Amino acid sequence: MRGITKEFPGAKALDGVDLDVEPGEVHCLLGQNGAGKSTLIKVLAGAHQPDSGDLAWDGEPVVLPSPTAAMRHGISTIYQELDLVDGLSVADNIFLGHERARFGLTRRGETATAARDLLRSLGHPEIAPGTEVGSLSPAQQQIVSMARALSHDTRLIVMDEPSAVLTQDEVGNLFRVIGELTAAGVAVLYISHRMAEIRAIGTRVTVLKDGRTVAGGLPADTPTAQLVALMTGRESAYDFPQRVPGGEPPERDEVLRVEHLTQPGSFEDVSFTVRAGEIVGLVGLVGSGRSEILHAVYGATRPASGTVLVDGKALPPGRVTAAVRAGVGLAPEERKSQALFLQDSVVRNVSISSLGRFSRFGWLDRRRETAAAAERVAALDLRPADPQRAVRTLSGGNQQKAVLARWLLRGCRVLLLDEPTRGVDVGARSELYALVRELADSGVAVLFVSSEVPEVLGLADRALVLREGRIVHEAAAASLKESHVLDLVMEESAHE
Amino acid sequence: MSDQTTPRPAQEDAPGLPAQAGSGAGVATRPSLVKEGPDPGAAGPGGGLGRQLLRLFPLHQMHSLGLLVVLILLGVVGTATSGNFLTSNNIVNILTSAAVIGVITVGQTFVIIGGGIDLSVGAIVAVASVWCTTVATQSHGLAGMLFTAVVVGAAVGLLNGILIAYGKIVAFITTLAMMASARGVAERISDRQSQVVTVDSFNRIATDKFLGIPLLVYLMAAIVVLGWLLLNRTTFGRHTFAVGGNPEAARLAGIAVRRHTMLLYLLSGVCCGVAAVMLTARTTSGASNLGNLYELDSIAAVIIGGTLLAGGRGSLFGSILGVLVFTTITNIFVLNNLTTDIQEIAKGLIILAAVLLQRTRGARSPA
Repeated sequence: MRGITKEFPGAKALDGVDLDVEPGEVHCLLGQNGAGKSTLIKVLAGAHQPDSGDLAWDGEPVVLPSPTAAMRHGISTIYQELDLVDGLSVADNIFLGHERARFGLTRRGETATAARDLLRSLGHPEIAPGTEVGSLSPAQQQIVSMARALSHDTRLIVMDEPSAVLTQDEVGNLFRVIGELTAAGVAVLYISHRMAEIRAIGTRVTVLKDGRTVAGGLPADTPTAQLVALMTGRESAYDFPQRVPGGEPPERDEVLRVEHLTQPGSFEDVSFTVRAGEIVGLVGLVGSGRSEILHAVYGATRPASGTVLVDGKALPPGRVTAAVRAGVGLAPEERKSQALFLQDSVVRNVSISSLGRFSRFGWLDRRRETAAAAERVAALDLRPADPQRAVRTLSGGNQQKAVLARWLLRGCRVLLLDEPTRGVDVGARSELYALVRELADSGVAVLFVSSEVPEVLGLADRALVLREGRIVHEAAAASLKESHVLDLVMEESAHE
Repeated sequence: MSDQTTPRPAQEDAPGLPAQAGSGAGVATRPSLVKEGPDPGAAGPGGGLGRQLLRLFPLHQMHSLGLLVVLILLGVVGTATSGNFLTSNNIVNILTSAAVIGVITVGQTFVIIGGGIDLSVGAIVAVASVWCTTVATQSHGLAGMLFTAVVVGAAVGLLNGILIAYGKIVAFITTLAMMASARGVAERISDRQSQVVTVDSFNRIATDKFLGIPLLVYLMAAIVVLGWLLLNRTTFGRHTFAVGGNPEAARLAGIAVRRHTMLLYLLSGVCCGVAAVMLTARTTSGASNLGNLYELDSIAAVIIGGTLLAGGRGSLFGSILGVLVFTTITNIFVLNNLTTDIQEIAKGLIILAAVLLQRTRGARSPA
């Protein structure tokens, strides 16, 4: 791959990526969230078309207009979210899309035999081809995914964080399988944040940053410090608002207190506090439990144990309505599916959590509702400044403002933001940061989650670093270095 | 070939050039072509009025406008084919036969906008009807009968709602089960006999008139107005749209989604109870086969009324127009002594046409 670029509206996801993968090697791809790894994979899989750049396969230039074309060339992709059909059997999943069939009739016996052979070669003869995929463990499902990849004449397998769903033993088996594949001349493009894994199986490493290859084909034993240095030092394109002049935020009352929040498998014994006027950032990798913690605080999920207190009063666990009544608001990560009523107007989206204020015995005073919502919309400088516009026609940044306006109107004490700048273009980000700071200055306690370390360091007063569901470090954000945080976030737990 | 192509650019240029030059003729022809439409037969009478109405109604009520046009066209067809169509007697007939299904459709509209479906409405009507006409209930007189019908409807609706909202059983399946078993309960209570209503004041609900219009029509009108207000002017209505449009977002916005869902089915049940009173009074007897297939009629009316089956979007006004369209078709067929088979085919075609219309509208609106 040479000079691949890919632009999305408002963001350049790939900006000149070079990547060479040789037969029989395990090539590791390293980069922070947002560095362009996922987009790169999709280009390779034929799911996205590059805007410029060349792909060469076996020395010949190729175009991959569709996933099927990529498969025909022998490129298979195992995505982070497994793309199996739960209701179908193992064998049917493996041969989905290229069924063993004659005259449209599937040849069940042959399919089952072929599936069994593939699974045996992967070292998992215990997975019966007739089993329904939905009943398998995540690790077993991944084996099925891999068998599916191999059922094509595969020469390059792309694996996007395959170890994220696996236990230690299962990772060992995965490595054994990868070893066998590479010995047979298959190339593997392996994406992982875990340095130890890269050390264990990688042949070479390519590092991406901001959609660009910053180092290609490094030996896998390149020192961690050097790799981290390559990944960081990102030029921040955003202006972060000034923290309170004088450095130290004034001592204000504690608003949110979280004690020993635990949800086995997601997060363990998480305790922290957020004061009024303070912005606290949670950093961690995908799967470190960051969003899950926010949802538990908000009552959207019920944690196994632990307490959430707002203004000293414990919230009943698992009750969003109670949390909202206590003054907590959430701007979720998936704005469109979790926060917005896309077909409705901005006013209706903003007022939905505060309707009680504009009604008497359930009867809505629409004039007051519209006026109040429009006032908040104007205060946030939401554009276009037409509160009757359907919210789906707004840009990502303005949709996020609509969600913030909802909680502003409600007058919340604690604001939870999950990846607040996701899908928001660069220009609008600085504006959102300023807005969040303004909200904090007005006395709101802000807790936000971000996978972008510079964002947390730039915006937050205090940062909590999460790894595998535990808070491993807590410090004033201004005193932290990006490389240090990345080290903390990526390090394999010592006791494992 | 060349003869045809040469004048064409000239024609295209003509309005453009004079417009730039400020010629009155060029400016005048352009807008009239764009806005009024070239076909005076189709758009002539409706065009100007249509635009007036467009300013009055927001864009999402366009669909109702289309239905209104369909209704007017049906009126034209009816008047043309039968001299009896455009008589006050016949109009009252249409409204009276729309009354029962109209009331049921109000509840159904709420349920569907809220993201659900109620297949049990016809069966609830049957249970409420036979329960309020048992000898024991009739002994309590009019008030006892009315109370029983509404409470039975509400109770069955509430049961639906609890099973769907808290038991997390899919609405389609829950109400399908209720459709079967409620009808069974009705048969058991009545022993499949019709139960003649002996309370005179009860039967008068269907026969009494005010200003020449039956009480039933006023009743429907009142419930439609109340329903419209509830849907469009209260927090309950707003929450209904939210819950149907995006239940996850509604939950995270702090709406008690499950309780609201339950209340929607309760509301549908109450509507069925009222409809049971109306239908029982009309037939002067309670029977377990009353309200048969009403679920399909009401769902069809809601769908052609422009409400999305997926929820989150819809109009009560449209639903009622849908009911009127169906009853008017039936009326025209009856007046012309046509068989019901063609009538059913026509209904089916209208449902398909309405859904196709909805799709083109849906495709256009995101732009």
